[in-house]
Amino acid sequence: MIGIEHYVTVSAALFVLGVLGIFLNRKNVIVILMAIELILLSVNINLVAFSAFMGDLIGQIFAMMVLTVAAAEAAIGLAILVIYFRSRGTIAVDDAHQMKG
Amino acid sequence: MIQAIAFYLFAGLMIASAVMVIMARNPVHSVLWLILAFFNAAGLMVLVGAEFIAMLLVIVYVGAVAVLFLFVVMMLDIDFAELRAGFIKNFPLGMLIALILFVELFVGIVAWNQGHITLGTADAAAAATGAESNIAAIGALLYGRYLAIFELAGLVLLVAMIGAIVLTHRKRPDGARSHQNITRQVMRRPEDATVMKQPEVGKGVDL
Repeated sequence: MIGIEHYVTVSAALFVLGVLGIFLNRKNVIVILMAIELILLSVNINLVAFSAFMGDLIGQIFAMMVLTVAAAEAAIGLAILVIYFRSRGTIAVDDAHQMKG
Repeated sequence: MIQAIAFYLFAGLMIASAVMVIMARNPVHSVLWLILAFFNAAGLMVLVGAEFIAMLLVIVYVGAVAVLFLFVVMMLDIDFAELRAGFIKNFPLGMLIALILFVELFVGIVAWNQGHITLGTADAAAAATGAESNIAAIGALLYGRYLAIFELAGLVLLVAMIGAIVLTHRKRPDGARSHQNITRQVMRRPEDATVMKQPEVGKGVDL
C-alpha cells in the first residue's frame, strides 16, 4: 500500500534534482529558474501529502501560498532576465558581478 | 492495487521528466519536460484526494508559468551551447552534493518511519471530515479563517505584476510615448465623424 513515506521519498528526490539542476546549469539562468520551480513543486507535494495523510487541510492552504509565491517569483525572475539580456546581449550569470552601478 | 500502479507511474514519470529538465540541451525542451513534470505532480495530488491543488497546479503552472518560460526562452536570442560550457566541470561536485542531500533526506524519512519521532496532531478546526468535497472544505477555510492570508497572497501577485511591468517597460527610442493622442480622441464628436446618407435604389454613395 502507498503510504506517506512513498510521497516523501518522491518529493525528496525531486528536491535533490532541483538542487542538482542549479549546480549543473550554473550559467543558464532560465534553467536555474526552472530548477527552483522543481524545488517548490517538491515542497508542494510534501505539504499536500502530509495534509492528506494527517487529515488536516492547512497543508493544502499553505501549498496554495507556495504556488502564489512561485508564480510571482517566476514573473519577476523572468522580467529581470529580460532586462539583463537587453543590456548585455547574453544571460550568462558569470558576468552578473558587473551589474553594480 | 490500481493506486500503487498509478502512484509509481506518476512518480516515475515525474522524476524522469525532472531529470530531463536539468539535462536537456535546449531550454525549450526543458520547459516542455517541466510541463510533463507538473502534470504528473498534479496526478500525484489527485491520488491523495487534493483535487483542488491539482487543478490549480495545472492551471497556474502549466497555463501561466510554463507558458511565460516558453515566451522568454523563445523571445531571447541566446547561444545556448556557450551556456553549457561548465556542465561537465560542475558535474562531479553537483552529483556529490545531490547524493549527500538525498541520503540525508532518505535517512530522515527512514528514521521517522521507525516511529520514534511523533508528528504534531492535526488541527481539529481544519480537519478534513470527508463529508464535503475537497473544494468546498478548502473554500470554507480559505474565505473564513484564512481570509487575511488569502488577501495578502493577492497583494503579492499584484506587487509581482507591477514589478514585472516596471522592470520591462521601456520608452520608445524616438522619444514619442505612443501613437495615441488622447486629447484628440476625447474631443471627437459624433457630428464630425459620421454623416447620414440615403442613397436611392441601385445607386452608390460618394465618399
